[in-house]
Amino acid sequence: MSEEDFEPVIVGFLCNWCSYAGADLAGVSRIQYPPNIRVIRVMCSGRVDPVFILEAFKSGADGVLVAGCHLPSDCHYLAGNFKALRRVILLKRVLKEFGIEPERLWLEWISASEGDKFAKVVSEMVKEIKKLGPNPLKRLGGK
Amino acid sequence: MGDKVGAVLVVGGGVAGIQAALDLADSGFRVYLLDESPSIGGTMAQLDKTFPTNDCAMCILAPKLVAAGRHPNIHLITHAEIEGVEGEPGNFKVKVRRKARYVDPEKCTGCGVCARECPIEAIDEYDEGLSRRSAIYVKYVQAVPRTYIIDRGKCIGCGTCKEVCRAGAIKYDDKDEVVELPVGAIILAPGFEEFNPVVKSEYGYKRYPNVVTSIEFERILSASGPYGGVVLRPSDGRIPRKIAFIQCVGSRDAQIGNEYCSAACCMYAIKEAIIAKEHVPTKLDCTIFYMDIRAYGKDFEKYYKRAMEEYGIRFVRARVASIDEDPVTRNLIVKYVDNEKPCEEEFDMIILSVGMRPPKNAEKLARAVGIELNKYGFCLTNPLSSIETTKPGVFVCGAFAGPKDIPESVAQASGAAAKAMSIIASERGKLVAVKEYPPEKDVSKEEPRIGVFICHCGINIGGYVNVPEVTEYAKTLPNVVYAEHNLYTCSEDTQKRIKEKIIEHNLNRVVVASCTPRTHEPLFRETVREAGLNEYLFEMANIRDQCSWVHMHEPKAATEKAKDLVRSAVAKARMLRPLKKPTVSVIPVALVIGGGVSGMTAAVELAKQGFEVHLVEREKDLGGNLKRIYYLLEGEDPQKYMRNLIDEVNKYPSIHVYLGAEVVEVSGFVGNFKSKILHGGGIKEIEHGVIIVATGATEYKPKEYLYGVDPRVITQRELEEKIYRGLFDAKTVAMIQCVGARNEENPNCSRICCSEAIKNALKIKEISPETEVYIFYKDVRSYGFKEEYYHEALKKGIVFINYDDARKPTVMREGERLKLIFWEPVLQHEIEIYPDLVVLSAAVVPNPDNKKVAEMLKVPLTKDGFFLEAHMKLRPVDFQTDGVFLCGLAHGPKPIDESVSQACAAAARAATILSKEVLELEGIIATVNEDLCGGCRICESVCPFGAIEMVEKDGGLVAKVIEALCKGCGTCGSACPTKAISPQHFTTEQILSQVRAILAG
Repeated sequence: MSEEDFEPVIVGFLCNWCSYAGADLAGVSRIQYPPNIRVIRVMCSGRVDPVFILEAFKSGADGVLVAGCHLPSDCHYLAGNFKALRRVILLKRVLKEFGIEPERLWLEWISASEGDKFAKVVSEMVKEIKKLGPNPLKRLGGK
Repeated sequence: MGDKVGAVLVVGGGVAGIQAALDLADSGFRVYLLDESPSIGGTMAQLDKTFPTNDCAMCILAPKLVAAGRHPNIHLITHAEIEGVEGEPGNFKVKVRRKARYVDPEKCTGCGVCARECPIEAIDEYDEGLSRRSAIYVKYVQAVPRTYIIDRGKCIGCGTCKEVCRAGAIKYDDKDEVVELPVGAIILAPGFEEFNPVVKSEYGYKRYPNVVTSIEFERILSASGPYGGVVLRPSDGRIPRKIAFIQCVGSRDAQIGNEYCSAACCMYAIKEAIIAKEHVPTKLDCTIFYMDIRAYGKDFEKYYKRAMEEYGIRFVRARVASIDEDPVTRNLIVKYVDNEKPCEEEFDMIILSVGMRPPKNAEKLARAVGIELNKYGFCLTNPLSSIETTKPGVFVCGAFAGPKDIPESVAQASGAAAKAMSIIASERGKLVAVKEYPPEKDVSKEEPRIGVFICHCGINIGGYVNVPEVTEYAKTLPNVVYAEHNLYTCSEDTQKRIKEKIIEHNLNRVVVASCTPRTHEPLFRETVREAGLNEYLFEMANIRDQCSWVHMHEPKAATEKAKDLVRSAVAKARMLRPLKKPTVSVIPVALVIGGGVSGMTAAVELAKQGFEVHLVEREKDLGGNLKRIYYLLEGEDPQKYMRNLIDEVNKYPSIHVYLGAEVVEVSGFVGNFKSKILHGGGIKEIEHGVIIVATGATEYKPKEYLYGVDPRVITQRELEEKIYRGLFDAKTVAMIQCVGARNEENPNCSRICCSEAIKNALKIKEISPETEVYIFYKDVRSYGFKEEYYHEALKKGIVFINYDDARKPTVMREGERLKLIFWEPVLQHEIEIYPDLVVLSAAVVPNPDNKKVAEMLKVPLTKDGFFLEAHMKLRPVDFQTDGVFLCGLAHGPKPIDESVSQACAAAARAATILSKEVLELEGIIATVNEDLCGGCRICESVCPFGAIEMVEKDGGLVAKVIEALCKGCGTCGSACPTKAISPQHFTTEQILSQVRAILAG
């Protein structure tokens, strides 16, 4: 599949208070971005269990975005964003062992007033993952 | 004095009236919400979008309409008017005429068959005459109440409607009915009327079909409007390529007696231009002819800049002399003067930005209620507390108190509600009904039966996503037994429909695919609850904000994405479980941070209602910024006002004042906060139910124009001090506006500086008439009635000179003298003057402590450092965090009367919590499966709220959740190695099923 034909599928885990609101603001501001992302709302980025991310890759996601409130102190639940940070850093190492490029997993801090940033992150992510090509697990007979 | 009555009459069902009604009803009072029109909603219901967020007006208003319509304590009295008021504050008797509707509201289901069969066509007022309706009609699709009405002026009495009405609701012999309502207070919110530009014959309105008013254009832009949201010229239905807006039509015009500025037109014109460009698929040129662009609100200036820079909207500072029509093309030729040069330009269509006039029946209403009007016919108010009328017990909010935009109207509305509450505080809870729900159906043993409702949102979704296709797709998903699509899923009639379908198809889960759950989930949860389902058996798919609006040029991909999102929502819905909401008791005490005019006002308003208040002020005395304000444009003495307010604070034993104190720690949650106040060297611990943030703001310390270098360069505030102390002595004064505002660093306008400059300039002319005063400005933003003083300043010979960023005035020293060089835009020449005093109108900048306070309270700030409210339009004094409120300069720059309104508003919003003994909390909290729990204590260590304790069970330890402390973040769930603990509604199984479903496309 050439880079042009390949349309990656990205699963986004967005925290309710900052990043999900930021994604809504991108909509309200009509900022256009590629339609490759599918968002799952969670209350806090700290809720994003590594299992969710592994399941997403296993089910064929080409990329996963975890987005939460800005460090250090924007988190509605005090420090959920720090927990997300720690988990994502560790998980990236594990992904590598599974043969999944760690570059497929992004962690971003997007506030409720950063609709433009959300759109920019998605656009960049689509571009970068197109370069990586499809999720290697798909080649191994996964979905 | 008679007994007090725990009910309030709110006159006018626009957004202001609705807000006042909801606040009162939510804090234990009965409300009669009266509207002349057959349905509530007011002007906002006619708008397409709202500035500066471009939120769809109906989308944000509809939930409020529905909430008011279904509130057990709000009684709607539509198509009615007041005939007279007797009595005194606390006990009025209001005579109300309920006009004949000719349709029985008890029987009408709003099905609309009558209107389809009616043979008559009449002008549709809701669409501003641009479309037709039948003689029996409902004002608009989302109308509340959705009860039809017969326009007897148009009805020919053919009897068709009576024949087709299955409900038997038609009542030709209906008569007017006069009722007497006992109420304790009255709030007037009748809104405004648009200026009719026929008077300004030079613009050719009504003679030239392609000259329309801004409100007509609003309907043209609207998806539910006459052209379905497509911008068309009325003369030939062609899409225009070049349009122009003409500002100040019927405003700032002494000739016609409307000297005042209508306060909202600059912003709505910019908004309409932006939206028009979005709606026209081909290139559309937009020009705005203006005198001053008054983008003075929070984040408005950024919006204005975006309009120029991103959307390429052209702004021409010129007053239009006349409009002529080309009789063949019906194009319009605009004649105007630009820099003394006569110009002519042709446009396809012209929009007149019409101003606000007092409501049509203002005089009649004033007579009936017994209040006075000002010289323009708006409600006469106290300049320092613009929610008070001349009659005690009668309050005012919204545009009737003077032209204003939506957030200010909403804040005033809550403020007026607080004033009304304090009169009848003793009667709280005596006349209210408790909402009765049908018993909750036990669905735990049933197989999921899911109903999916997919919203077109006018064309907001339907214009880009193939909604019928998504609906058909939804029907194929597992456990989906019913799916349909709606023009607006949030409208009152759809709520009714959803309930009917739940019963008809025995649904036990509901999915709505529409906008964002952040705004609309509560509405739909309430609907499913009313149908006997647990409210948590509901899930939303966001196919607008995160789909149709962001993929406007890719309808196919957007449709596919919408299907994926619906599939994911259905997958979650299959796993949903009913949840119970825990309750907590409320400590009826408030913490107010900041002892300026806002904090003191909020404290007093709460004390009047019988609540205890802790008022914390960092400085050694109360008063805040007001301590250094000595004059007001309107003539009142602010120092006297402040002294009275301080006396009032001190009068209430229930207000505890802490001076030279600071709040250093806040913990807990709505209803049950615990805080530590550092005071007098010790720590005082308090418990309280709400927090009001009123931390104020400060004046910018300029770095520009030799400030701090030459003592003759001072700020407006320093000038005021000088005048007050009798130290003013200057023959020539130059004032420079927008110092530290409207620039790269601080893009926003500070709202008050133009009026401050005019105030001080007029004061100078009063004490030293021979002194020459120059004001160098970018736009004179003396909005609303303040415009009068701008006129007065011009009459007194104060010289206003416009400058732009490319040619700012420069200040330098020449020998002993100060020299100011400026560009004279009319003469197109540089000119030098030698002022004795240069006065800088320095910006209002956020309190540097805001960051600290924001972190402590976990509430957000704007990019420039003011506090960010929950919603710019409809929740101006709320934070997203329950139980924390905001008012005054901490929210953004504003004059005293607006701070007072906001402070009262914050008090009213706080009272909606403090008035309840018990508060229902969110049901989304963590639960433990004790069989799986290994007692490892990881959850206990990661929980940021200390909401987990370990208890003994069968000789081992298991985790237990303390419900009132758990906030449902779910961090414990992702840390638990055995997945024993899981936040309800976001369980591991639910999210995993969403992940799988979303990728199964």
